Order: sequence, then C-alpha cells, then structure tokens
Amino acid sequence: MTKKLKIVVLAKQVPDTRNVGKNAMKEDGTVNRAALPAIFNPEDMNALEQALRLKDRHPGSVVLLLTMGPARAAEIIREGYYRGADGGVLLTDRKFAGADTLATSYALAMALKKMHPDIIIAGRQAIDGDTAQVGPQVAEKLNLPQVTYAEEIVGFEKNKLVVKRRLERGVESVRTPLPAVITVHATAPECRPRNAKQLMRFKHARTLTEEQDNEHNSYLPVISPESLRIPEWGVADVGGEESHYGLSGSPTKVKKIENIVFQAKESKRLTSSFEEIDMLMTELISSHTIG
Amino acid sequence: MDNIIIYIETEGGKISDVSLELLTKGRTLAGELSCKLEALIIGSSVEQHTQELFNYGAETIYLAQDKRLEHYLTLPYSAITIDLFKKERPQIALFGATSVGRDLAPRVSSALVSGLTADCTSLEIGNHKEAKSGKEYQNLLYQIRPAFGGNIIATIINPDCRPQMATVREGVMKKEPLATPVKGVVKVIETKEIIKTEDFVVEIIERHIEERKIDIKGSPIIIAGGFGVGSKENFNLLYELASVLGAEVGASRAAVDAGFAEGARQIGQTGITVRPKLYIAAGISGQIQHTAGMDQSAMIISINSDPNAPIHQIADYAIIGDMNEIIPRMIKSYKLNSK
Repeated sequence: MTKKLKIVVLAKQVPDTRNVGKNAMKEDGTVNRAALPAIFNPEDMNALEQALRLKDRHPGSVVLLLTMGPARAAEIIREGYYRGADGGVLLTDRKFAGADTLATSYALAMALKKMHPDIIIAGRQAIDGDTAQVGPQVAEKLNLPQVTYAEEIVGFEKNKLVVKRRLERGVESVRTPLPAVITVHATAPECRPRNAKQLMRFKHARTLTEEQDNEHNSYLPVISPESLRIPEWGVADVGGEESHYGLSGSPTKVKKIENIVFQAKESKRLTSSFEEIDMLMTELISSHTIG
Repeated sequence: MDNIIIYIETEGGKISDVSLELLTKGRTLAGELSCKLEALIIGSSVEQHTQELFNYGAETIYLAQDKRLEHYLTLPYSAITIDLFKKERPQIALFGATSVGRDLAPRVSSALVSGLTADCTSLEIGNHKEAKSGKEYQNLLYQIRPAFGGNIIATIINPDCRPQMATVREGVMKKEPLATPVKGVVKVIETKEIIKTEDFVVEIIERHIEERKIDIKGSPIIIAGGFGVGSKENFNLLYELASVLGAEVGASRAAVDAGFAEGARQIGQTGITVRPKLYIAAGISGQIQHTAGMDQSAMIISINSDPNAPIHQIADYAIIGDMNEIIPRMIKSYKLNSK
C-alpha cells in the first residue's frame, strides 16, 4: 500500500557543546549561542534520515523541517534541503526567547497545527540540554500518541505505523496510529550525505531576514528566486497565548550557574616504579579493597 | 496535598534500583519539608511490591493495578499519573531518568503546565528571592544538573508551578532501606474510571528484553580506559587486570568513539554513572563528561603519563607514567601478594 505522507521533522540548531568557550553564558544564565559554532543537532539528523526513508518508500510524500531559533537557524532548513527534504519553516520571534522545554513545545505545537502533518519526527534529545522533553511535550499539546527512543520506523501494518524502539535492556516494537510524534535515538542509522544537485539548487534559499541582510553584501545575489524563500513564522503567524511563549511561558528558571571547577583533594602521587606500585597493591589488599 | 510522590518503575517483576534510590533521597527531602513521602506504582500485578516500598519509607502507596497495564504504555500510564497529581497536588514529583521516566515525565509536565528538569545529579531544598520582583520563595526544590555538555552545573527551580518535577539517573543517588519499615497505607486507584479504550491505540507487538551482558554498574571494581590507551589491542591489558581483580572494564566516551570499547562500557554523562569501591582510570584525561559518571567512587586510582591531567586531581592515588608498564606491574604485584 502506498500512501503519500506529510512528514515534519523537528530539528534544532545547537551550540557545539564540545567547544564551549568562556564567554558562552550570559549573565541571566541563558546561553550565549552567538559565541559558539552552531550545528545541526545530531539526533535530529537521525530523525531526518528516518523521514527521508519513509519518503523513499512512499513516493509523493513530503518532508518538511520545522526549527525554532534566531535568524541564523535558517541554516537548518538549508541543510535539510541539501539532504533531500522538500522545505521547511523557521519559527523565529523575539517573543520566543528564553523558552524552556515547555514554552518551546508550545510554540512548536502551535506551528504544527498550521502544518497538519501525518507524522512528526524529532531527535530524542538535543546535545545542549539533553532533556528529551520537547518531543513528548509536543505530543501532549497536540493530543497525539508518542513513540520515543525509536531506532527504526519499520513501515505500515494494519494501517498503523510500526516502530522499533531501543530501550536500556533490549528492543520493543510498537504499532501506532497516525498522526503521531516519534523521537529518534542515536542508534538509528546516520543521515545520508548532502546531495550535490540539491546543494547547488538550494544554497541560495533564504529567509526574508537574510535577504535584507544580504543587501549589504554585494558579493551575494541580492534577491533569490521566490521559490527559494524560507518562510519565517512568528507569534503573529501561529497565534496562541502570548504569555505561553518565551520566558513568561517557562516555569523553570535558572537559579545559578557554576562553571566546573575540579575540587582538589589530597592525592598521593606515585611513580611507575615497581616498588611504589607494589606498595599500593599491598595496601589495597590489606584494606580489602581488592582480593 | 503538598507531599512528595516518587514514581516507582518495575522491570522484570522487580522494582528498579533508581526508584529505590529516589525513595531514599525522598525521605531526606520529606524530612526537611515536614511532608509525607509517597509512591505511585502502576502495573498488572504490583501489589507484591508494597512491603519493599514501606521498607524504603513510602508512607502512602498509590497502587494502580490493571491487567492491561502489564507493560509501560505512554497514554494510560500518563493518564493515571496526571489524574493523581491533579487530585493530590504533590509539591515534588520525582521519576527515574530511564526510557520510561523520560517518556512519562515530560508528558505529565506538559499536561500540568509545570516545569521539569531532566537528569538531575543532586536535589536540595532551599530558598529563592526573585531579583526583579523581590518576591521570596521558601523551601523550593533545587534541581541541580550538568548542562551544556557538562561544562556547567545549573541549579534549576520552579518557583510558581507545582509539582516541581525532576528526573534522576540511575546510580546517582544512594539506595538505603530503613532499619524499621514505615507502617504506611495503600490507596488503590480505580483505573477503569481514568483510562479509556483510546488510551490503548499504541500496541506493543514485540518485546525482547535482553539483560545487559556487560554489568558495569554492578561491579565493585572498575578498570576504565580512555583515548590515551591508544588502541583496541592496548585495551586487552585492562581486560587482563580486570580478570585478575574480578573487575569490569569501563571506557570513556572518547575511547568508545574511537572504537576501543563497546558503547555498553561507556561511563560518564552520556553513558553510565557508577560508584564502585575502586575505580582505576587509565589513559583518561578526566574531562567533566567522564568524571560526572565516576567521581562518587569510593577510591580512585589514576594512571596517566601527563602529570597535569585533571583526572589526577580527583584521584586518591595518582600514578604518573605509562600504563603499558604500570598495569603489568599491578598484575604482577597482585599475584605475588594475594596468596
């Protein structure tokens, strides 16, 4: 049975937390993302691959990305294009700033209501927060079933989608009706590489904000074709209660941020000589730590 | 009202360790807040567990038993949890940061429009004064967790919403039964009134639980290797020492990423958290991502040729030198002395 599916992939542009510098935090405890290299969240890449595989099996299906972030997060949509997606939306508004997972999932859910997807696929969690909360919270807000920790979207059976989940001690296969929210685990296959044709075609895809910024950069084409316009949605476009967005819609507050400082404790320094190691081992044996 | 509820997870007919760890922590928190410690347990035959929950200090056990609830399913389990929290209005609700807890807790937090902090490593009670409004809050739950790839430790609070919800990873907190079990009560939840047929739209069609073959968490001695071990072959030295000492072999993320060891051996923020009685770290530099998963070990021995490696800072014994020389000497010495 072939059906055409509308698939929305939730993807986040994240600071590469492997390269956190000293100036990465603002005074209020929120992250100064501008100070860090921004990357496509790794598990969202796994999610994109699952979406593209569904599209391969169901010709005529559409894969769209939905991302929330500042202007430069449009890069997520372009990256999606390069790998085979059909488009996407950048959710961007100053009113979204300072959102915790709950306010983020509210904004995403409001946008998804406009997009009417059959399947929503997201990475299990993002490397900047590691919370794994946004997927289930979006599902709850849309009153949809959720399948988390997915390793593979297997296919349709009895008009429902079969999904294999990777759990701590094994695997579980479940059957879910659609629409549903699926979050994808890092053990799922990696995303296919960029497609050269797609790259050439979509590297000039721009949001209106980027177009306007480009006017100052004479070396870039001032105007890209309308078909390459990446839509930007703000609070006015998706509707909803303003108080549920951003900082005011976030019940969790950051009280304190501490930089990691190693606490020095009294440690005995030894050389690699047999005598010193032998003394240590004897001590460990007599204290019943080993043996 | 205003109590602490711990969500109790079961696996293979046993209560998960993380739930007992949370009850142990919950006792301290409830003591500080002068409130009750309560437990919610959901399943098909979970009555058998009530005594163990009393042993760990649960004063009230909310018991939801239904043959349709044999395995965890998001929708009915969250319906029961949400219903209970709406009626009982706990001030704090804690879940294990497992695949179940991390599926259930966000769903519940969204429905109750309350904040949730994931993967806490420490929980404390404290006060808070809002800088802008000057409003003061007493006895909030400080939810402390590493963030940003482990580069910072953040203290998160939920000043205005209840319950204050958090998930905690297995192995991070101590598990300790009471000397004298509490004489608590069991309150049965009428599941039929709460869960609807449509809560079962997602069906489990297959499930095979594979017990973890590598049991790092349960091992009292761990020999862990990092990127500095250099190769998969060099890891054999660690296995050799492990077999002599009856230990398990662990690895840092860098070593796993480099293919020196299996993912199941990974210790640290993105791996397993361990607290063995002896932890030997070889060729591990001591990045916080790793030490977050092992710094509670009773004794730490570090082996690293770099005298400035941060791992030496948290070690009880720091051996500066080449592990390829040191580990064979440890094996030799052990064999000589242990007879």
